[in-house]
Amino acid sequence: MKRKTARFPSKPCAPGDRTEFARLVDAYSAPIYRLGLKMLGNQQDAEDVLQNTFLNALTHLADFEGRSSLSTWLYRIASNEALMLLRRKKNAVNLDDFHPDDAEESPLPEVFVDWSALPEDELLSGEAKMALDAAINKLPEPLRMVFILRDIEGVSIKETAEILGLTETNVKTRLLRARMFLREQLSAYYSERLTREETHERPSP
Amino acid sequence: MSDHLHKNCQDLLGSLSEYIDGGLPPDLCREIEKHLEGCDNCRVVLNTTRRTIDLMQIPAEEETVPTDVRERLFKRLNLDDYLNRQK
Repeated sequence: MKRKTARFPSKPCAPGDRTEFARLVDAYSAPIYRLGLKMLGNQQDAEDVLQNTFLNALTHLADFEGRSSLSTWLYRIASNEALMLLRRKKNAVNLDDFHPDDAEESPLPEVFVDWSALPEDELLSGEAKMALDAAINKLPEPLRMVFILRDIEGVSIKETAEILGLTETNVKTRLLRARMFLREQLSAYYSERLTREETHERPSP
Repeated sequence: MSDHLHKNCQDLLGSLSEYIDGGLPPDLCREIEKHLEGCDNCRVVLNTTRRTIDLMQIPAEEETVPTDVRERLFKRLNLDDYLNRQK
């Protein structure tokens, strides 16, 4: 499967070097904005995550010691900002929500309709895109964060673990559960479309 | 799923993510592929999971930072004078 390789500058800028910082902001804005958009589900919150991430980065740039890569460091700030905003919006702090029981077995698949060969313009119609967004929004937050980093942004398992302070095994477990959850949601949606199409093609006499 | 609770299927589902990502040792891959040949349901789950991941990536690739969002970000960071430099 094709993976986007982020071509980010590997060395952070010296504190006070505004040209370098502006370059860094442009290089990382898109993935951080997308992370906010997918985690929070709306543009206003995504913009807050974006601004807070870089304000925070600007304040702490001098402390960045290069122990992790710059992208790991920025993603870590961004994921914390997104989770903090989510918690504030929920108005109830339930830390357990963010630490699911990774030992628990994944639910088993229920829909076995193969919709994977539907044409792409149908799979990505305006209505279908809304269904994709709705499916991501339904994903429990800890699974959503792992899915966004690994499958949408193409971050490696190892780096995702580093960003979120999880073990690689935890990341793999959450990724599998997220993928299964989304597959189930999409299967329900697309199999209904398939049925509608078949009914349409072969109207009953 | 009631007719689909074979132990082999459950084992396969547990390794599905890693199989998709190509992170499994060759002997385990062969075992999975052998199972897939004879199990329609698992093949459907594999195909639709791969497609699910693809579909989630495609719209995301189109999502960039809107111009006004970038402008407000640069202002907030006191980088206004860099707004017009080439991205």
